[in-house]
Amino acid sequence: MLAKRIIPCLDVTAGRVVKGVSFVELRDAGDPVEIARRYNEQGADELTFLDITASSDDRGIIFRIIEQVASQVFIPLTVGGGVREVQDVRNLLNAGADKVSINTSAVLNPQLVADASGRYGSQCIVVAIDAKQVTPGHWEVFTHGGRNATGLDAVAWARKMQDLGAGEILLTSMDRDGQKIGFDLALTRSVTDVLDIPVIASGGVGNLQHLVDGVKKGGADAVLAASIFHFGEYTVQQAKQFMAAQGIEVRL
Amino acid sequence: MTDVAVVDYGMGNLRSVEQALRKVAPDADIVVTDNADVIKNAKRVVFPGQGAMPDCMREMDARGLRDAVLLAARSKPFLGICIGLQMLFERSAEGDTAGLGILHGKVVRFANNMHDAHGDKLKVPHMGWNQVHHVQHPLWAGIEQDARFYFVHSYYVQPHDASLVQATCKYPQSFVCAVAKNNLFAVQFHPEKSHTAGLKLLQNFMQWNP
Repeated sequence: MLAKRIIPCLDVTAGRVVKGVSFVELRDAGDPVEIARRYNEQGADELTFLDITASSDDRGIIFRIIEQVASQVFIPLTVGGGVREVQDVRNLLNAGADKVSINTSAVLNPQLVADASGRYGSQCIVVAIDAKQVTPGHWEVFTHGGRNATGLDAVAWARKMQDLGAGEILLTSMDRDGQKIGFDLALTRSVTDVLDIPVIASGGVGNLQHLVDGVKKGGADAVLAASIFHFGEYTVQQAKQFMAAQGIEVRL
Repeated sequence: MTDVAVVDYGMGNLRSVEQALRKVAPDADIVVTDNADVIKNAKRVVFPGQGAMPDCMREMDARGLRDAVLLAARSKPFLGICIGLQMLFERSAEGDTAGLGILHGKVVRFANNMHDAHGDKLKVPHMGWNQVHHVQHPLWAGIEQDARFYFVHSYYVQPHDASLVQATCKYPQSFVCAVAKNNLFAVQFHPEKSHTAGLKLLQNFMQWNP
């Protein structure tokens, strides 16, 4: 049976892994290559790198990091942040990424998702959606690292991205990000129920039960977490054993 | 002489394949190439593929690589990966595309309304780590039965000849995820992204003398 995936997420800026609370208040978590190697040894199913560097001067850093990780870690690598055109997708794939995550640019230019998946295949195009609840049962898409409201409904947007060729959706609850109170399960369930492509739940994991809930209650195909792994509260292996004990199929 | 030629027809990222081969065979001469002569002269050939089958077939032909691939598939250790497995068959439902026809059979798509035992929807593409149930073959040496490999695909192969089947996987029905014929071996999953088990299969390929 297909295993539910556990994906540690590394937010990278200026060559370091950092972690914020609701997208601000960054805290240093270490060297990305070293952290990637550690999660690989612990049995991570994939790794996601988000380049949260604001300045384009530092763009080269993420390429060097991905190249180093890809030569040592033989599991799928997703890279996102600052992807604006098809050429950016190509450059990241050439550096060793297996999938490229597109967020703000998908909103500004939805055709980019169609062009990139048409050229490189849906399997390597992830659309990242940052969503915030506006009223119960309704969530709005935000861009630019959560700063700009778009007026787009998150569920309808996810469906549109699937139709344009996204192979997967990385769904982050801005309300929950860094809060350690669990995923927004209603958001996750609303999106996963209407899509045919896999959905990664993100934002809010504070303990291992939250991962279980993301799969069982939220219906997520994969769960993404950062701080519980970065700051040594749990290993990926512990998370998997906890999920397996609750009847979730995982790769141990 | 090149030890391994990784066939590059412009479809996707071949660095993962190259790097994984370097990891398991650090002393081998490995080249990623779109040169037919290099492929013809290489001792072993890896035939990967990503994206859509119609594009893969078109790009391969645009680079004049069909004859070199056909020759390699019939004459030396040859490893197909993902679309590189599907292209070996006669026809794919993806864009109703003709394949290379080296193996008899077709390529079909997963259904859209599949559910698992708990009633949860099964997504397409089939993406993630799934168990591979294999039969006896040198490329499975040292790999546990039902080991997990990383898959990402929406189509799968249906060979006419059941004796070609080297492994199956379940999603939720059983489907063929590895075939072999003489010097040819091909898999639906990505060994280059399948951690220990995947690297072991690549290492076995590098040592395989069919």
